[in-house]
Amino acid sequence: MNVPIEAYLIVSTIMFFVGVYGFLARRNLLTILMSLELMLNAVNINFTVFNRYLFPGQLDGFFFTLFIIGIAAAETALAIAIIINIYRNIQNIFVDKVNNLKH
Amino acid sequence: MAEQIIFYILAAVIVVFSILSVTSKRILRSATYLLFVLIATAGLYFMLDYEFLAGVQISVYAGGILVLFVFSILLTSHAGDKEKPRHWGRLLAAALTAVVGFGLCLYIILNNVFKVANQIWQEPTMQQVGQTLMGTDKNQYLLPFEAISILLLACIIGGIMIARKR
Amino acid sequence: MFTYTLPILVIPALMFIFLGLMDNKFKPMTSGILGTIGLGIVAILSYIAAYDYFFSVGLIDGIYQKIIAFNFEWLKITEHLHIDLGILLDPISVMMLVVISTVSLMVHIYSFGYMNGERGFQRYYALLSLFTFSMLGLVVATNIFQMYIFWELVGVSSYSLIGFYYTKKSAIAASKKAFIVTRFADFFFLVGILLVSFYSETFDFISLTNPENNELIMKTAGLSFLGISVLSWGMMLIFMGGVGKSAMLPFHIWLPDAMEGPTPVSALIHAATMVVAGVFLVARLFPVYYLGTPEVLTIIAYIGAITSLFAAIVACTQTDIKRVLAFSTISQIAYMITSLGVSGLAGHEGLGYMASMFHLFTHAFFKALLFLGAGAVIHAVHSNEMSAMGGLNKYLKITNITFLIACLAIAGIPPFSGFFSKDEILVAAFHSDKILFACLYFCAGLTAFYMFRLYFNIFWNDNNKEYEHTPHEAPFVMTFPLIFLATLTCVCGFIPFSHYVSADAMPFETHINWAIASASIGVALIGIGIATKMYFKKSEIPDKVADTVKGLYTSAYHKFYFDEIWVFVTKRIIFEGISRPIAWFDRHVVDGFMNGLSWTTNFVSQKTKNLQSGLVQDYVTIFIGGALVIVLIMILI
Repeated sequence: MNVPIEAYLIVSTIMFFVGVYGFLARRNLLTILMSLELMLNAVNINFTVFNRYLFPGQLDGFFFTLFIIGIAAAETALAIAIIINIYRNIQNIFVDKVNNLKH
Repeated sequence: MAEQIIFYILAAVIVVFSILSVTSKRILRSATYLLFVLIATAGLYFMLDYEFLAGVQISVYAGGILVLFVFSILLTSHAGDKEKPRHWGRLLAAALTAVVGFGLCLYIILNNVFKVANQIWQEPTMQQVGQTLMGTDKNQYLLPFEAISILLLACIIGGIMIARKR
Repeated sequence: MFTYTLPILVIPALMFIFLGLMDNKFKPMTSGILGTIGLGIVAILSYIAAYDYFFSVGLIDGIYQKIIAFNFEWLKITEHLHIDLGILLDPISVMMLVVISTVSLMVHIYSFGYMNGERGFQRYYALLSLFTFSMLGLVVATNIFQMYIFWELVGVSSYSLIGFYYTKKSAIAASKKAFIVTRFADFFFLVGILLVSFYSETFDFISLTNPENNELIMKTAGLSFLGISVLSWGMMLIFMGGVGKSAMLPFHIWLPDAMEGPTPVSALIHAATMVVAGVFLVARLFPVYYLGTPEVLTIIAYIGAITSLFAAIVACTQTDIKRVLAFSTISQIAYMITSLGVSGLAGHEGLGYMASMFHLFTHAFFKALLFLGAGAVIHAVHSNEMSAMGGLNKYLKITNITFLIACLAIAGIPPFSGFFSKDEILVAAFHSDKILFACLYFCAGLTAFYMFRLYFNIFWNDNNKEYEHTPHEAPFVMTFPLIFLATLTCVCGFIPFSHYVSADAMPFETHINWAIASASIGVALIGIGIATKMYFKKSEIPDKVADTVKGLYTSAYHKFYFDEIWVFVTKRIIFEGISRPIAWFDRHVVDGFMNGLSWTTNFVSQKTKNLQSGLVQDYVTIFIGGALVIVLIMILI
């Protein structure tokens, strides 16, 4: 408990917005997905930190983190299935090529 | 003191590698940097005395998801592929969004007074975790657990449906 | 009991649909024969109904009952107010059934000859059936709304029959004029119906016209609008519909033009049946007019008298034989209207009512005869103009005699039918209002004059006229209806009409008032005498007379400029003064507003459609930006 809570939160915030940047700036769908994982991780850290520092008697943050990890795993598996499918169809996985709904 | 040093090392690892991960031109390297970030996160969990969580983080993220990423990268790209730089306007917009968002959050974090509880912290035991996960009382999580189970099932089926050859 | 009256309506309706849908599948003759057979059945059923009604069933306790032969509730608006379709039998509707089916049958037969070889023969018969159906439906209507429905149907079928020669521009113009003018008048009729039924809470004729404890009169008692009682407004508006259909002033302008239609159609629609719908309407609602709004009845009488005089004067100057007949029709119908206007309700007081119906009855036959005779003449010389005729007595023997009979009848010479009915009308007018009587009396003289002017100009006058093709007598299918109608004209004056039709449905006795009768015969003979002097032989007298009263002659020849006035009112005032500004407003302000809306929408969407790039990252950027703005706002507040 020698580290202040703000330090944790700043780290997670940096991680989150780096994820945002990656999500917005990258072209490859897989890196976009990785950026998403970064954001989820940042959120997880927040949950655990809040639980640990502010409500040590409860386990809410703990379980939320657990569930988010589970969901992230499921979502990643599905997203990768979709990405591979896209690759099969258009021979690349660049997000700016996946705009067929526009036309 | 040692705890602080460890934290700063971990924080530095997280910040540096996450930035590298989203800026690296080679996608396989991105994945590797991401692995470092995830492991450092697990380290943070250890520091917070969530050993179970840290274990889950390493096994599910580092062991499961990252492997999936690596496989799909190998499937969809060729050795030595480099991502072409994007239009500077987009990069600027993304960077601006991230910086402004970070600024706002920082402002909130630094201005908010956190009421840190003085309660004595006890690491949840395995038994406690299991019972909380399987109970139906207040602060117990059977329903989300079942929802996650169904979600996973749906994902398995969906993954098969999407990825199978027609 | 009277369920067999239903086919009277159903047969012509089905015949119309059948012939109309068959689209020239038959030979022309077959379709004509089908239509005529259908109409023959209708006529026979009508005669049976009339016999049953007048001689065995209708009279109970000295009063002719109103019998609902058939009723079907069609639209229920409220508990009391519902629109029914049904058949109401009472003396006037049964009489009208006989008149309509007889004249219609004659016209059907006559048309075999007249329309022979015309294009659209089958369409012609289909439309005749439609017209007959709607006219029959009109007279047997059990309620005022059903009457209105058939009223409009009559208008539509009249429109399509006037415009039968749809390749002729004048025919199209005439049909449009007839439809628009009558439709304009019908608008007032509809408003009147709504007004009256709003207060009476019923459309039903039997309860509307109940002479004792009339709910309509009781419920509207004391209510007034702009100083005139509500009931007067309602009944006046309803009468406006009749003014339109019966071609009274100032809505008469359509009838002369309607002569563009085939002549048998003129005989059926514009002489015997449709144009008397207005008379029938007033007769139908007569108790309400008499008990509730006597002042409206006076107005009706004066409108009738003025129209009658006006039309008679105009008729003296026209040279198109069908137009002369058209104006004579207007004049005679105005006679009936006047007669209704001066009538009372009970017993001998109701002489005018009975005389009006009697004149309607006799006029239908002799006017149809006149038109059919004119048709035979036109058939022979291929022209409507008097100047193209003359001396036809040598060629058209039967037509000559039947036409003469009809002329004598309309002039009011005994023993022909017109004399009896006209005499009753004059008596009724004499006992009520001397001014009206003077009008009608003068009119009677004029009638005799212009009818014999017409007769002499067609059949005598220029006896040595040379024709390119020698005129020949019409075939038997055309002369038979002439002979039949001439026979009717000779005998039907002797029907003791007051025994069957009267205002209060109770039979009463009438006697010929010989003082007035001899006076009217006298004036008719004077009229005939002048006409003989002027037109029997070719002479200079007509031109001299026309010169002496030049102003009157010219304005009468131009029908007192009524058409021009209407054109002025519609074109100059309504079109340019009202419609054009409205059109401008609509085109520039309303449309402009709408165009501006669409232009703005288009502009904005053109400018913003680039936001819809289809790139997920663009959307996410905007989404996160928005979320951040919200956060910023929450921090600042």
